[in-house]
Amino acid sequence: MSKKVAFLQGNEAAAYGALYAGCDFFAGYPITPSTEVSEVLSIELPKTGGAFLQMEDEIAAMAAILGGALAGAKALTSTSGPGLSLKQELIGYGCIAEIPCVVYNVMRGGPSTGMPTGPSQSDVMCAKWGTHGDHPAICLVPASVQETYEMVIRAFNLSEKYRTPVLVMPDEIVAHMRERIVFPEPGEIEVIPRKAPTVPPEKYKPYDTSFGDVPPLATFGSGYKFHVTGLNKMQDGFPTTKAEIVQAEEERQVRKVVANTDDIVEFEEYLLDDADVAVVAYGCTSRSARYAVNIAREQGIKAGMFRIKTFWPFPDKQIKALAGKVKGIVIPEMNLGMCSLELERCAQGKVPVLGIFRVDGEPINPDQILAKIKEVI
Amino acid sequence: MSRYELRFSGSGGQGLITAGIIMAKAASIYEGKQAVQSQSYGPEARGGASKSEVIISDGPIDYPKVTACDALLAMTQEAANKYSHDLKEGGVLLLDSDLVKIVPPGNFRTISFPIINTAKNDVGREIVANIVALGAMVALTGQVSRENAEKAVLSSVPEAFIELNRKAFSIGYEKALAASAQ
Repeated sequence: MSKKVAFLQGNEAAAYGALYAGCDFFAGYPITPSTEVSEVLSIELPKTGGAFLQMEDEIAAMAAILGGALAGAKALTSTSGPGLSLKQELIGYGCIAEIPCVVYNVMRGGPSTGMPTGPSQSDVMCAKWGTHGDHPAICLVPASVQETYEMVIRAFNLSEKYRTPVLVMPDEIVAHMRERIVFPEPGEIEVIPRKAPTVPPEKYKPYDTSFGDVPPLATFGSGYKFHVTGLNKMQDGFPTTKAEIVQAEEERQVRKVVANTDDIVEFEEYLLDDADVAVVAYGCTSRSARYAVNIAREQGIKAGMFRIKTFWPFPDKQIKALAGKVKGIVIPEMNLGMCSLELERCAQGKVPVLGIFRVDGEPINPDQILAKIKEVI
Repeated sequence: MSRYELRFSGSGGQGLITAGIIMAKAASIYEGKQAVQSQSYGPEARGGASKSEVIISDGPIDYPKVTACDALLAMTQEAANKYSHDLKEGGVLLLDSDLVKIVPPGNFRTISFPIINTAKNDVGREIVANIVALGAMVALTGQVSRENAEKAVLSSVPEAFIELNRKAFSIGYEKALAASAQ
């Protein structure tokens, strides 16, 4: 039997990807350019017994999905720049209380209200440093409608596997662009369930590290009782200020992601084997980059592309290796140089990192990238 | 590579984003080609500049936006002025003759007929002007067959409006052929 196909927007695909992953709870507050996620889920979730809540604001929406996740739901919220700013305190809460959930954020112009209908890629640092304190960060950046669908599924999987909030962040172009999508059959893409406790309720501790860096999470209302707080906590979930416990727990919360960077980081290498110039790109900009690389190759210039699919954790190891191979790195991005700083950190001065930075709401076009590739040669 | 770039432009509320979506759907779902549709619009729900871009190709499409336009529909004078600059030499330029009085200069294959008035008077409802325009663009660009485009139209509109849209598409298609034969 042939697979089901459709012609969908990135945001619509995100909603269907969430359903494939078993999302049964959505809470959000509508905001351009991410509202289509809410629209689709408000129709689809009730059909399968799921719940859809439109909250009074973005903060409440984030609080709702944390609560829903603790009650056993696979929970999603969607938003854009200003909403992402508002959600930050509770994203931090999700990190310290170790609550799996997915935050889908469409990048538009900013800061503040910025340019609501214009695309940008200027939230990538906010994805890591938006909430205060040391904490793990996982952020995926899709470049097509099909990939948006698949990355939302992956985001749910990673959030369950590592028991932490995961962000999926398309730019407005990818989120509003329409392409053909082929839906996978049930079972074709792995869906990772939450690790449930194997001990009886009276022996359960929500942060019991004897089960490893990612302790099992019980479902509220299933007979397991435990304490949840934004304070630094002990294994039983109650607050502590004991220095050695706080230090160990903080380190574990970060380590559970950082030590698994190889499992989490995904990337694509395009024509890099013999490349003199590497264009590093993500999201919609990688589409311009691929176009530019193809033209460069036609002109006899050995250009290639490294496409970032997992922005956080950053692909440090791969970029370090790349910097040892090429003469220069070109980074086109729709912000004033965010990924660029990470590349410079990884390149450690071995090769120049040339940026193309655009924040005028227009996409970076292939000609701009081609011209910059030629500056390296 | 067989990259073909179309732009549907006018003002918000004219249904041009929908027309672009249906064109791309016709190519991608029914014609067996690849297509990407994207758009840019202002914060207004009605009025303000609006454009919908469609790239059609036999192979994968990287850059989803127009680089050098093969076919441009302009439903306002502002759109005609603003977007004709990157229309290729010999490219298709379809205009609403009532709304675009000053034809942009350039060596284009310009076709002009009263699109909105055709919808109002010949089809019976002004609201389907976008489908009249789509029918015309399908006829003038030849990127998708008439049959596949009609399938895409009919699968995109509510049941109660199928006949209205079929008529709008057909009249737009015929009018463009007649206008381009002149």
